[in-house]
Amino acid sequence: MINAVGREIPSKIEGYKKVTPFSGAFSILGSGVRASSRYKTVLPGEAKVLGSLRDAIERVGLSNGMTISFHHHLRNGDYVLNMVLDEIAKMGIRDIRIAPSALFECHAPLVEHIKKGVVVGIETNYIVGPVASAVSEGILDLPVIMRSHGGRDRAIEAGELHIDVAFIAAPSADVYGNVNGVCGPSACGSLGYAFSDARYADHVVVITDNLVDYPLFPISIDQTFIDYVVKVDKIGDPRGIVSGTTSITRDPLELKIAYMASQVVEASGLLVDGVSFQTGAGGTSLAVAKFVRDIMRERKIVGSFGLGGITGFFVDMLKEGLFKVLLDTQCFDLKAVESLREDRNHVEISSSMYGNPHNKGAVVNNLDVIILGATEIDLDFNVNVTTGSNGYIMGGSGGHSDTAAGSKLTVIVANLLRGRIPIVVDKVTTVTTPGETVDVLVTEHGIAVNPRREDIKRKLTDKRLPVVDILELRNRAYKLCGRPEDIEFGDKIVGVVEYRDGTVIDVIRRVKV
Amino acid sequence: MLGVVSLFVPAFSPAMINASLAFDCDSLIFDLEDSVALSEKDSARELLREALLNLDFFGKSVIVRINSLDSDLWYKDLEYVVDTPAWGAMVPKASPQGIKAVSDVLDRFESKLFIVPIIETALGVELVIDIIRASSRVKGLLFGAEDYALDMGIRRTREGEEILFARSRIANAIHAFGMEGLDTPFTDINDMEGLRLDTLKGKSLGYTGKAAINPRQIEVIKKVYLPSEEEVEFALRVLRALKRGEGRGVFIVDGRMVDAPIIARAKLTLRRAGLEVDQVD
Repeated sequence: MINAVGREIPSKIEGYKKVTPFSGAFSILGSGVRASSRYKTVLPGEAKVLGSLRDAIERVGLSNGMTISFHHHLRNGDYVLNMVLDEIAKMGIRDIRIAPSALFECHAPLVEHIKKGVVVGIETNYIVGPVASAVSEGILDLPVIMRSHGGRDRAIEAGELHIDVAFIAAPSADVYGNVNGVCGPSACGSLGYAFSDARYADHVVVITDNLVDYPLFPISIDQTFIDYVVKVDKIGDPRGIVSGTTSITRDPLELKIAYMASQVVEASGLLVDGVSFQTGAGGTSLAVAKFVRDIMRERKIVGSFGLGGITGFFVDMLKEGLFKVLLDTQCFDLKAVESLREDRNHVEISSSMYGNPHNKGAVVNNLDVIILGATEIDLDFNVNVTTGSNGYIMGGSGGHSDTAAGSKLTVIVANLLRGRIPIVVDKVTTVTTPGETVDVLVTEHGIAVNPRREDIKRKLTDKRLPVVDILELRNRAYKLCGRPEDIEFGDKIVGVVEYRDGTVIDVIRRVKV
Repeated sequence: MLGVVSLFVPAFSPAMINASLAFDCDSLIFDLEDSVALSEKDSARELLREALLNLDFFGKSVIVRINSLDSDLWYKDLEYVVDTPAWGAMVPKASPQGIKAVSDVLDRFESKLFIVPIIETALGVELVIDIIRASSRVKGLLFGAEDYALDMGIRRTREGEEILFARSRIANAIHAFGMEGLDTPFTDINDMEGLRLDTLKGKSLGYTGKAAINPRQIEVIKKVYLPSEEEVEFALRVLRALKRGEGRGVFIVDGRMVDAPIIARAKLTLRRAGLEVDQVD
């Protein structure tokens, strides 16, 4: 089958649900009954705190073939996924499917668990590091299912991703299971990705290194969803937890791109009182935020909300009165963590509220401007942030396709060339975000506007911004470093890229090693 | 042409040469002199020649700064670029004899290269007119305040009062001969406000542009030299009024008296903003 972004999608994929090809960003409108989860009584006097992780695993009845989940708020400092899988492996449990919201370099031990048959399936929103390489080379029999942040919550709520046991790393928890991410030695801030896991998993185990007396305050995820609490020495390494790039780039090319992107935002007419805005945490994105902030200061504009992925930079904007509110699914640095703890205008939200397309309205629907990156972008404005130019998995949608779909203006910032590799190509290796939801591409060699947005093109041209055809950018990229040879893939499908609505936007095939 | 912003780019780095194509400057000065170590001179020449012959500079002029005429390197520098699409050769520590020597070499090679002398010695400032007259290939000048200050034994300051005489003298010379002149680079690449003030100073003295030593300086320089939206709008109103036949001698626009010099300035403003003067409706 050929889907709406022109990708060949098999009608049946081994180890994957019934295939529904992607048919357009808003063609599948979800409606139905939310999945249910188990409830049970906890009697007065009954303790939730258990002596060990093994106790918890035994109590929840984890057995072969079940699905367990994790959140990724501890990012590359996370100890919890590895410690849980090590314990499961020791207990002889096998054929487990894991559903972490993301996987990082620190999760390298997972490769051994896959080799030994402890883990047989992965569903996630983002993978980098050794696990990504091993998956790309075909280590799993089942394809990895890759979703967006909102898409993961949609799948959980729709019952497509059923979690038997959610293991929730908690920077702070009390003895009855109330949890927050803003206190304790491993504070990570918002726990936005863990809300659906807590609400919809059959069993929920909280793992904390900061167990406090009842009641914990503030409460992020409350006791009514939590079965057991386990205290461990450390849930993570703070150096890896708050590891987002938090300094603005000094690279002149990236600064140029960022400055032009800010001019695009200004020219769009959206930068007025009440504007809402999101950027990533990379150096270029932060530079865009800086330039936009300068314009807001100069023109005395007060935005309604900043969304994210929140960095200290956005916290400063909140404090300065440039935003009324920050809506936060994850914190990228300690300044953001502190702000979430102290400032009532800095609000923790779930990733479902953030980006789930089938939940009666996500926050991204109210977003004016999103600044996003790209590994590749093609002539149809389809964006790849899932695989590298060598075909290996090296990321995933995260909030990319959610925000692109929801926002009024989607701006992609990317260098035309990365080293000697063109970023603008004929066809992206993998489609993560469909071109119909992407409005503008800003590169150091000019700005390309999606033909669907003639209105924006006119505004940018009126402001005499360097608007060029995306074909011209492609030609320029190829002229400077040649047309890259097509990557050779095997036949085996190692990954299914689900669009946020649960349809298949692309598949990832095994790389030839 | 040199244009409003001319960016210095070390010629030894493929990445920097590639990146330079994307910057919004009018011209690029590929440097074979100060930024290239002696051991790298040969490879830099090779790299630069390949770049000049194979890359599309997308309308930017390319100037090559050769090594000092006191060295035994400059002749070879020229040999590598005389037949390339480069626009000009920039000659450090210019003197009338030096410019003539470079010009003679270019004549022998039947090269199309123009010459951009750098005025950066006390004698160079005194002889600036002779330097311009030394060759018909001279199409612009660059003032080099750092070496000039060294030659004078004076300390450079952020305000630049100590270079005012030389700076003014060179600015006057470029207009006397109707050519472009680049103001000295501002060396503190992190002081954007200092750069802005320094650029304003150069512009006020009559320079037609400024050299940048870091790409981050480009936008600041352009903002100073290129007309603001308000200036463009006023220029358009002047020329529209002129077209409507209000231009009998002197007329009033926005409460200001408009005569021939104001009309000429309005046309210059539009040209600098990249607008066609003839097409004003």
